[in-house]
Amino acid sequence: MEVPRIPILQIEDYLVASIQMALHDTAATRFRDDLLARIYETKARGLILDLTAVDVVDSFLARLTGDIAAMAGLMGTTVVITGLQPEVAVTLVELGVELKGVTTALNLEKGIAALRRMVGEGKHP
Amino acid sequence: MTLEERCIPVKVDLDIVLARVEGRNLAKELGFGTIDQARIATAISELARNVVLYAPEGKVTLRAIISDNGERGIEVVCEDTGPGIADVELVMQDGYSTSSGLGMGLPGTKRLMDEFELETELGVGTKVTVRKWLK
Repeated sequence: MEVPRIPILQIEDYLVASIQMALHDTAATRFRDDLLARIYETKARGLILDLTAVDVVDSFLARLTGDIAAMAGLMGTTVVITGLQPEVAVTLVELGVELKGVTTALNLEKGIAALRRMVGEGKHP
Repeated sequence: MTLEERCIPVKVDLDIVLARVEGRNLAKELGFGTIDQARIATAISELARNVVLYAPEGKVTLRAIISDNGERGIEVVCEDTGPGIADVELVMQDGYSTSSGLGMGLPGTKRLMDEFELETELGVGTKVTVRKWLK
């Protein structure tokens, strides 16, 4: 089975990955591993995981998202999740899934701003 | 009464995506709004994942239904030939899981949908039926 791969872009010290397709579990797990490898390679200070185009976050993808944030955090990289659609926010809460310890922002722009604040760059313009 | 029926066999993780895409499409055709479409798609995802995790195979049947008093809705039946569930009360508790999951699948699915029925027999399989009505 062909496993689709999600592009991971680097902008300055940050990585940006935007999920643009419906991920099956194998592809999602592969994506997590790819992200961690890229963080290690690039020594990125922050990672934006953009979910704007994701229309379903079930308990599996929610857990994986939390895992990515926790694992990247252990490596010293701050993660911000951006672009959760209203219906995704509703279903996550009804499903009973809390993205504990995960920072979220409304969109990519606010996500970058949050990341800059969190890694301390905002203090030295 | 069933107006339309679609059946998706479920065996591997790719089938979970196929089932929920079909479910969302049917929900959209029936006139459900985007939040209900997401609830239905998420519920299908949770149910189909249980099949992939615990059973050798199963299927998801999607039906456009109409109630005796004329309400239209969608019915999702997810059945498998898995080991069955020994303690139904336990699996309906938030946070209980025998796999590496979150344990939110069945209780979460119940919260997302309007109606929820679970039939299970040890060594035979499990059948979960959920419905959502158009309001």
